[in-house]
Amino acid sequence: MLAFAGLVGLAAHTATPGYQIGQRVADFRLKNFDGKIVSLSDYKTAKGVILIFDCNTCPYSKAYNDRIISLHKSYASRGFPVVTINPNDGQQSPGDSFEKMVAKAKSKNYNFPYLLDETQQVATAFGATNTPHVFVLRREGDDFVVAYIGAIDNNSRNAEDADKKYVEDAVNALLSGKPVTVEKTKAVGCGIKWKDA
Amino acid sequence: MSKLVFIAAVFISQICVAQKARIVKLPELQRVISQATHDVHIINFWATWCAPCVKELPFFENLTRERKNDIKVTLVSLDLDLDPNPEKVYKFIARKNLQSEVLLLDEQDPNSWIDRIDPQWNGALPATIILNGRTGKRIFIGRSLEEGELEQYISQIQ
Repeated sequence: MLAFAGLVGLAAHTATPGYQIGQRVADFRLKNFDGKIVSLSDYKTAKGVILIFDCNTCPYSKAYNDRIISLHKSYASRGFPVVTINPNDGQQSPGDSFEKMVAKAKSKNYNFPYLLDETQQVATAFGATNTPHVFVLRREGDDFVVAYIGAIDNNSRNAEDADKKYVEDAVNALLSGKPVTVEKTKAVGCGIKWKDA
Repeated sequence: MSKLVFIAAVFISQICVAQKARIVKLPELQRVISQATHDVHIINFWATWCAPCVKELPFFENLTRERKNDIKVTLVSLDLDLDPNPEKVYKFIARKNLQSEVLLLDEQDPNSWIDRIDPQWNGALPATIILNGRTGKRIFIGRSLEEGELEQYISQIQ
């Protein structure tokens, strides 16, 4: 019995399924890099939100950083702003500490939020597993519903070589009232750095 | 004559080192995974830039050094997904003197093949598959391993 408990204790974070396509998401309130609190409900006049679990340190996050900034530039004015959330434990990953987040956001002139998920509850609720990990949300009245989950596109190395632009396709579909054809995708990435229990 | 033998020995040793790391496409990786040459086959997905991956490599290397006859270890690097130049991986292998077989997966469009490796895999590194070579039974672990866990899973699968 003790040996079994020991083995269970080793797996500190139990992956929960998280939100599914079509599911309504709960509101959240997290601290932005500018010190202010940002809630999902702040976006009640938007058509939706491109929510991205992202971090400083992951090489995939670095490879996609300009594309993330680009998404905000393309879609914020059309009703789909980008919101990024850092779910990583700053103790395990010092490069993802709040101070480092502030530095990164300032150096890249972020005009969208870069929020700290201190307790990792939001990442857990969404079922986020990697960075970057995108959840495109569409607004239905006062609620936000998941419309797409997964990768930004199908080529991490090179934006120009990506011939499947999953997030753009999903948002374009939502903007023109069409169904999202590819609702879930997978990508290689860095696992989220979960706190030890 | 001894100079020729020496040159031949160096040449052969270089081939032996080179055979430890090769660049493969998905079909070749799938072939290696399905080939049952040992009782237990462990396939670990890692990358040189992935700190938790590098931290657990010694667990796999230990098996290669101590249980070579019944356990086969294949380390699959995903480094090429971000950097087309394999040199960093080769240098890492040499620096760490890795004894396990290393394959560098050269495939883009990961959404088209992640599920074909294992549908439980969300794409995060590290990930490990433990296969029973005889029964085909498999255990998928989509996270890093702690000390001693690998041995427990091996017992479980045998």
